[in-house]
Amino acid sequence: MSHKNTYVPKTGISRWMDERLPIIRFAHDNILDYPTPKNLNYWWTFGGILSFFLVSQIITGIVLAMHYVPNVDLAFGSVEHIMRDVNYGWLIRYAHANGASLFFVAVYIHIFRGLYYGSYKEPREILWILGVVIYLLMMATAFFGYVLPWGQMSVWGATVITNLFGAVPFIGEAVREWLWGDFSVGNATLNRFFSLHYLLPFMIAGVVVLHIWALHVPGNNNPVGITARRDQDTLPFHPYYTLKDGFALTLFLILFAWFIFFDPNAMGHPDNYAEANPLVTPEHIVPEWYLTPFYAILRAIPDKLMGVVAMFAAILVLFFLPWLDTSKVRSARFRPLYRQFFFIFVAVCIALGWLGTQPAEGIYVTVARLLTAWYFAHFLIVMPLLGMWEKTSPLPESLSKPVLSEGERGAS
Amino acid sequence: MSQSDIADRDGMQNGQAQDGGEESTRRDFIYIATASFGAVGVAGVAWPLIDQMNPDASVRALAAVEIDISAVEVGQSITVKWRGKPVFIRHRTEEEITSAEATPLSDLPDPQSDEARIQRPEWLVMVGICTHLGCVPLGQRGDYGGWFCPCHGSHYDTSGRIRKGPAPLNLEVPDYVFLTDTRIRIG
Repeated sequence: MSHKNTYVPKTGISRWMDERLPIIRFAHDNILDYPTPKNLNYWWTFGGILSFFLVSQIITGIVLAMHYVPNVDLAFGSVEHIMRDVNYGWLIRYAHANGASLFFVAVYIHIFRGLYYGSYKEPREILWILGVVIYLLMMATAFFGYVLPWGQMSVWGATVITNLFGAVPFIGEAVREWLWGDFSVGNATLNRFFSLHYLLPFMIAGVVVLHIWALHVPGNNNPVGITARRDQDTLPFHPYYTLKDGFALTLFLILFAWFIFFDPNAMGHPDNYAEANPLVTPEHIVPEWYLTPFYAILRAIPDKLMGVVAMFAAILVLFFLPWLDTSKVRSARFRPLYRQFFFIFVAVCIALGWLGTQPAEGIYVTVARLLTAWYFAHFLIVMPLLGMWEKTSPLPESLSKPVLSEGERGAS
Repeated sequence: MSQSDIADRDGMQNGQAQDGGEESTRRDFIYIATASFGAVGVAGVAWPLIDQMNPDASVRALAAVEIDISAVEVGQSITVKWRGKPVFIRHRTEEEITSAEATPLSDLPDPQSDEARIQRPEWLVMVGICTHLGCVPLGQRGDYGGWFCPCHGSHYDTSGRIRKGPAPLNLEVPDYVFLTDTRIRIG
């Protein structure tokens, strides 16, 4: 890592260990003593919250897999068995299902924080790209997981999503049957989705390690966006940020607990409590809320293949963001115009998410088309041009400056 | 000889290769042959791992079904399961047949005559899966008195042809034969 090693082993055992596997030194440098900008606000606490949810999802998931049966005749029943018979099964399943939703709440806040403060810019491009990879893996994992209860939404959601690959010219049909292992979504599909749903979280964990590694080389960005100079601008991660992250996590867990105990099905869909029936499609198919913006983009395009292309492009464009944004200034605090476009973009994403839950007809489609156009324009037109034309406000000389002047204002 | 000496010699020989030096050509050949051999080996091992995901023998064995259609009156439809998919068998009314035959091909996004889609005019047999994203359309709904897909709003006519909405193709007609007047086999 980039900062200087400050670990000094104190006992004989730790010296012996340090010469063989310097894991204590590694933890000391990366968790305890890691120099962190001293001005991070609460938007920076979501990395810790996300780590918590990854671990929580893996633990509850391993437990659920001890009781769940991935077979078309038994899957639905085994989930009900978990809910009714398994000791605390209801708690573990609700924690897993709502945990997935809150995982996405946290990741969206984390992503928008990065967008606002320019955390994707030089020298953090790879950090950002690894983040987009994690986001893609999360979406795949969540999709596979939603199929497992084998309710009506499970099967028809899986049918719609796998059919997207059927839009590929020439090989689409073959790819689809290969994904299904059948001529439709069936037992073979359920089995492999279970296998992949178990695998992907560990791949996410692997990419998270790379993500944190890529974070610890340049160090954190911060609300001001100027580079932190080591000594006067940073604090050791522990105890300052372990406590701040811990406090934010506690607040977020209150929200989590509220969902689990008071409204566990708020973010689910009642149709998924009806067992899968391959002969009847529900009147209205919607994916989980965290995928609906992309679903709205898919349905906004009248052509099947182009709809699929647009949907994937909406995610892939994120990979190129570090180079699409031409502004040298990182933080939106000093970019008055970008700040307005940022909030418009947030509103567009939320509106697309809502449109994705509405029927694809009439005015909804028209609005979805306009917003889809804006979504792409934001990245492909606004970001490159704004960086060239925007007059940014003057940057402070150091991280301490804005903090101190705000402090003076508060005191007077 | 140290590592760097070997690297230097390699560099020199690669330089010679451009001049047509014989020794380096032989070494290049060995490199390429080894890599190719390895690639074929990897592909050979990868193929079973990929192909295991394709429909297996037990799935393919259930690929044909026989259905008795004697009980389906005029104006009624039945849905049967074939390869895990719904197949619509509709005993069409006179009006439905007439309207399907009267539709000019120029009105169709995926032009196909009604005649090409049926074996006997009163019986329409087709896979009940929307050609958009695979939902099951609802019968006798939509703007053309045929089928309507609730997922993304595709309308099909009384011959199962796409008329309006995002679906690109007509509902698929499976291979089937009339074994007798009241029995058909699909697949």
